[in-house]
Amino acid sequence: MSSSRIEILNDGGLRHDARRPYELRSTSFQLNTHPTAEGSATVTQGLTTIQVSIFGPREPRQRSNASHDRAIISVEVGVVPWAQGGGGKRVRGDKRLQEIGASIRQTFEPVIMTHLYPRSEISINVQVLSADGGILPTSINATTLALISAGISMLDYVTSISIGLHLTQPLLDLSQIEEQDLPNLIVASLPTSSKITLAQMETRLHVDRFEEMLNLGIEACKVLKDEMENIIKQKTEKIVERMNVRSITTTSGNGMLVD
Amino acid sequence: MFSVKTIPPESTQSFSDDIPSTHRKHQAELDAMDLDEDEFGAGPSKRNIVTPGEVITSSKEYMRGHGTYVEETNVVSSVTGTIERVNKLISVKPVRSKYVPEVGDLVIGRIVDVGAQRWRVDANGRQDAVLMLSSVNLPGGVQRRKIESDALKMREFLAEGDLLVAEVQAFFGDGAMSLHTRSLKYGKLRNGQLLTVPAQLIRRLKSHFHHIPPPCGPTGVDVILGLNGYIWVSNGTSQEKREGGEGFDSEGVYSDKNDDISPEGRQAISSISNLIKLLAQEGIPLTDTLIEECYNWIINQNQIPSGPLSQEDQERMLAEIVGIDVTAY
Repeated sequence: MSSSRIEILNDGGLRHDARRPYELRSTSFQLNTHPTAEGSATVTQGLTTIQVSIFGPREPRQRSNASHDRAIISVEVGVVPWAQGGGGKRVRGDKRLQEIGASIRQTFEPVIMTHLYPRSEISINVQVLSADGGILPTSINATTLALISAGISMLDYVTSISIGLHLTQPLLDLSQIEEQDLPNLIVASLPTSSKITLAQMETRLHVDRFEEMLNLGIEACKVLKDEMENIIKQKTEKIVERMNVRSITTTSGNGMLVD
Repeated sequence: MFSVKTIPPESTQSFSDDIPSTHRKHQAELDAMDLDEDEFGAGPSKRNIVTPGEVITSSKEYMRGHGTYVEETNVVSSVTGTIERVNKLISVKPVRSKYVPEVGDLVIGRIVDVGAQRWRVDANGRQDAVLMLSSVNLPGGVQRRKIESDALKMREFLAEGDLLVAEVQAFFGDGAMSLHTRSLKYGKLRNGQLLTVPAQLIRRLKSHFHHIPPPCGPTGVDVILGLNGYIWVSNGTSQEKREGGEGFDSEGVYSDKNDDISPEGRQAISSISNLIKLLAQEGIPLTDTLIEECYNWIINQNQIPSGPLSQEDQERMLAEIVGIDVTAY
């Protein structure tokens, strides 16, 4: 941490972007942001914006991959060229992106009820529109929303967050700078049952701190789920209202005829 | 006549505080349910909208239907949608989902592959649909027998990329649908344009073929509402040229050539298409009468409908015809 040029946590207990240790970045969820996908969502967490579109369940693109008793899940991750200021250029098929794709697939495979969609494919398309740390957790959050809006059966929401450790202080929802400097852990969990579908760590961490960070992550996942649920319910009510609009019209139409 | 009674979570909570027994608490909920038919049905209560992972009720008293699963002793929702209850069966109807076919549904599809004695058709389902050579009418009449040379000429009838309207005949063991076009109403599509809308917006109607009469283009406009969310908007055919009529050309059903369509006819097709797109974008279920009412509204505005409506006109039309206020959102 001595190599760090920025101060991770200042004397006032604030992080470099003036957040408190357990404070999440400003988060926004948008549903149905893709015109032709079955379901899609755009999630912004701080300066990271990710759009996920779901296609399917549909006939598998390569029929040889099809499974006779369940759906296969395929994930593609792309980064738009302007997502990161300068620096590491990522192209499709980049090892790092493939790894993110594999993590997303492994996270959702036990949660999506794939046995309901035999011989088909659910294709998850992740586009990173701007990157400032936490690509994987934000992608997982966006994928959950997109799957829900596509009407695909799932056991529960899956929400995800990154947790870093500064000395003995855990920090939630890391930005890119923090991610580079701190040992960190990514957790994805099912908020209702507090089950964990993904716990990923690429750095070393003292074992005594791990449990505290994991529990903190699970709590944060619940907070994210509540936010998501609010948005989903709000949108669903609107859709249900619109779907019933016809019955209202017929009555008013008759009224007009009588006039 | 009926009252919509809901049990807010707080009241259940306080009830269980008084009586700690979980069984009694559940019994109380059950009694309320028996009294009130609408607890899981329509009503202003937010209770009827659930999202994945949300506990609906106890699996001891109720059976799980589509869109739900059982965890421990609870029936839990697996999709976002509205709860529907038939006696003891609880299911959740998703607000948006892939088209779920049923036998007898009218669908529009596109040929993706020509195989041995069969075509594979993309009908917006979970899997590609299958159209068997034995389930189509070939030129030369309904009673005509299929011979070996027909199997070799399959691509002449329907090639990759061709659009067709068909009916769901049956399902294969793996859930793929089998289509048929054994009616003169069904078959290859031409003279028009395809629109794709979410499948839930199309309800099962008495007829899915609709003709909007001549003030709308010189020959009117035909609209086919496929239950799979595909809509075909085409140049209208006059009465005697339709199936069963005097001028019906049974030889021409597999023709690839479009008829000559006048500029007015093209304009009528595109204005109907624009209307359908607008209604679908606002999530309004499509019916023949709604489309016609909206078209008449545009005509009554004394403006030639060229191109999509302006923002204000859209808002006015939706408010007057459909009765919704889009500006409120």
